[in-house]
Amino acid sequence: MDVPLSWYLLVAAALFCIGLAGALSRRNAIAVLMSVELMLNSVNINLLAFWRHVEVVKATLSGQAFAIIVITVAAAEAAVGLALAIALYRNRRTVDVEDVDLMKL
Amino acid sequence: MTVSQVVFILLSIAALGGALGVVFARNLFRSALALVLSFVGVAGFYVLLEAELLAMIQILVYVGAIAILIIFAIMLSRRLMSSETLPWNEQWVGAVIVAVVLFAALVFVLIRVDWPTAEAQVPPDAISLLGQSLVSPDFYVLPFEVASVLLLVALVGAVIIAREQ
Repeated sequence: MDVPLSWYLLVAAALFCIGLAGALSRRNAIAVLMSVELMLNSVNINLLAFWRHVEVVKATLSGQAFAIIVITVAAAEAAVGLALAIALYRNRRTVDVEDVDLMKL
Repeated sequence: MTVSQVVFILLSIAALGGALGVVFARNLFRSALALVLSFVGVAGFYVLLEAELLAMIQILVYVGAIAILIIFAIMLSRRLMSSETLPWNEQWVGAVIVAVVLFAALVFVLIRVDWPTAEAQVPPDAISLLGQSLVSPDFYVLPFEVASVLLLVALVGAVIIAREQ
């Protein structure tokens, strides 16, 4: 217990912001997906850090249960996102998100 | 400074350095390898937080499944790995500014709030308690079932989307 809660929150905030910068600025759809995974990871660090350090939630293991659900959703998101990227590459020969603007007016 | 604090700092360097590598590597394949480094660092955090099951799940699902899936997708669209165009779009300055401002706001909040922390032990049978709470109607059986339906839908959807016409 000698690592304070604020250290975890600080690292998770930094991880989330790095992921956000990547998701907003990368051209490649797969790189955007990787950045989103980083953001989901930082959320999981927060969930588990609060679970470990805040007394009320520890008995029910709610932090761990939440983190498992987040990991499940991340796995589903990665599978569907990469399937989309592969379908896009097969049809358009690109995974650059700027070239995919069919639905833009 | 105690041992776990030193370990924490090393793990943060791994996690944050890997994350920076994901965002700033020019080669997409190197991004994926940096992503693996970042995932392993986060798994180390889970061990420090005494959530050993979650650390194993992190290694198995993120490193073993998601990172490998991403590397497969990169290989399948590999013509783009050596593209001459810049891997960042023209709004990258704005993206970095938004991220830095958000980070400053988060740090501002988290150093001002006095979090209600408490010294308490994790129950020794935490893993079996977690398993029971995931199937107990009083706790998380509904999210658990929804997650299983979501996985099934994602499985079928991914197969249909990626299938050859």
